[in-house]
Amino acid sequence: MISKATLELVNVSKRFGSTTAVDGINLKIPAGSYCCLLGPSGCGKTSTLRMIAGHESVTSGDILVGANNVTDLPPAGRNTAMMFQSYALFPHLSVLDNVAFALKMRSIDKEERHAEARKLLALVDMQAYEQRLPAQLSGGQQQRVALARALITKPQILLLDEPLSALDPFLRLRMRAELKRLQRELGITFIHVTHGQDEAMALADLVVLMNAGKIEQQGTPREIFNHPKTEFVAKFIGGHAVIRAGDETLAIRNDRLILNAPSAGVSGDFIAGTITEIEYQGTFIRVSIAGENGTDLAAELSETEFDQTGHSVGDRVLVSWNAANAHVLGATPFATVSTAGAA
Amino acid sequence: MTKDRNSFIAWLQAGPMMLVFVAFFLLPLVFVVIVSAWDYNEYEMLPALSFRGYTDTFEGCIAQLPDLCTILKTYAKTVKLCFLTWAITLTIGFTIAYFLAFHVRSKTWQIVLSLLCTIPFWTSNVIRMIAWVPLLGRNGLINQGLIDLGLIKVPMEWLLFSEFSVVLAFVHLFTFFMVVPIFNSMIRIDPKLVEAAYDAGATGFQTLINIIIPLAKPGIVIGSIFVITIVMGDFVTIGVMGGQQIASAGKIIETRLNALQFPAAAANAVILLGITIVIISALTRLVDIRKEL
Repeated sequence: MISKATLELVNVSKRFGSTTAVDGINLKIPAGSYCCLLGPSGCGKTSTLRMIAGHESVTSGDILVGANNVTDLPPAGRNTAMMFQSYALFPHLSVLDNVAFALKMRSIDKEERHAEARKLLALVDMQAYEQRLPAQLSGGQQQRVALARALITKPQILLLDEPLSALDPFLRLRMRAELKRLQRELGITFIHVTHGQDEAMALADLVVLMNAGKIEQQGTPREIFNHPKTEFVAKFIGGHAVIRAGDETLAIRNDRLILNAPSAGVSGDFIAGTITEIEYQGTFIRVSIAGENGTDLAAELSETEFDQTGHSVGDRVLVSWNAANAHVLGATPFATVSTAGAA
Repeated sequence: MTKDRNSFIAWLQAGPMMLVFVAFFLLPLVFVVIVSAWDYNEYEMLPALSFRGYTDTFEGCIAQLPDLCTILKTYAKTVKLCFLTWAITLTIGFTIAYFLAFHVRSKTWQIVLSLLCTIPFWTSNVIRMIAWVPLLGRNGLINQGLIDLGLIKVPMEWLLFSEFSVVLAFVHLFTFFMVVPIFNSMIRIDPKLVEAAYDAGATGFQTLINIIIPLAKPGIVIGSIFVITIVMGDFVTIGVMGGQQIASAGKIIETRLNALQFPAAAANAVILLGITIVIISALTRLVDIRKEL
């Protein structure tokens, strides 16, 4: 595949009046990678995507696709294509004409553009529906059509604005796998905006976690999950206990917390607390603990581990951890945000 | 059981309007069609099957071909005025509706500006005409102004009591009937669709042709039906603004009625109805075909 290009954002900012939506971000997305822009609502991820797409003007900074500065080009001149959140299929056009739309705008004749559109419908397995109107399709089918429509211009970069949020949970998992397969097969860059950390972890080669218009941390899902840099990251990505020890803030994965009976001798730091809830989750057991210092914890124990301790609700426990599993978090002005990434 | 109940309630809800329709629209229309086929003399109608109403109307027209007789000229003029009014109100109405739907962001302003369009309805036809005399008349503001500027030497006669003033009055009034239904269709268009078209490389004009117009089609058709039916049957505005010098289909019916020639009036009403139906069905067909392309 020849159409590969890196995307680079250089000090890109977006201001709406006096509010700053995106605050001087720098980002380099390698060609052919799956990148997720992740963050809570209002963090600037959608504005960033729309600036890359060319649907939002850039207040300052530059956007480069390959060697081209596309900052001031219209969407169609950027080698990008966008798939809209609610798909934005043209309700009066058949599936085939929806997919062929961009080619019609380039005055490519009917036979040729329909042949090309059929190829893309085959790619998303929707050939059987080419004469249907969008209203006659299910949500998942509409999404496939939207994908085919976005891909017909052979973009180097496909931009997806919360592509899975309109689907029910079952379909979301299926389409998630499908997106990943498509990206792998086409070998082009996908930039996918989402507020679900599970989605980002499952799909992305590169997760860019944003908060308040800035990039909080970027890296592979593993890097981010195992080495969260800030308290915000640890809390947003979920699955971590954030503990203040002296003047340091530590993040420890919930499944690395150790529960000890009060009589046991614990070396090193620990938090004393009372078990408030025990939830059986199948592959693990979640034990909620109200710490005496005010910190709430949720330790995740395997079934065997839990059975060995034999704790029950109301028990007093000492929560400890292996020092090697504790990551010191950097101070961040946004650390007070306590949005849990449970969504 | 509940289904029967629901459908009964639905009928009950639709019932009053249906009764009004049948009693005051369908029934009179049937009478008109029946009466149009009656015979008549100078002072009364005779309930016997005859097509004098139709034949008298077009008396001598066939002999006169290819020249148009008065009655055909009148119909042609009515259709011409109707077409001009339709084309102008559609252009202006579509533009205003587009502005309101896509450029005015706030709901309040959309309502305020829509209400502004109703201002022509705040006065009666006669008052409006009187108001236009000092503006459009031979010694009116426009003529006087142009003479004073030295742009013309003789006052322009066609400003008032002319086809121009008739169309002006129609446009002035009925643009609103285009704006409302078209605006209504347009605000249902998801702005994301316009963005999606832009993303696909469509120019503003291509978006207009391929997205906005097809999706505003229901509004365009409804507005067109309003304007065409009203203008085709009008005789008051044409009379007043045309200085009683322009004949129209509506005027023919009025004249026949005044002469108590009910079958002839009815025959002309049926003809007018026929022409109007043909125009409107042709229009909807035209728009439908465009969609297929």
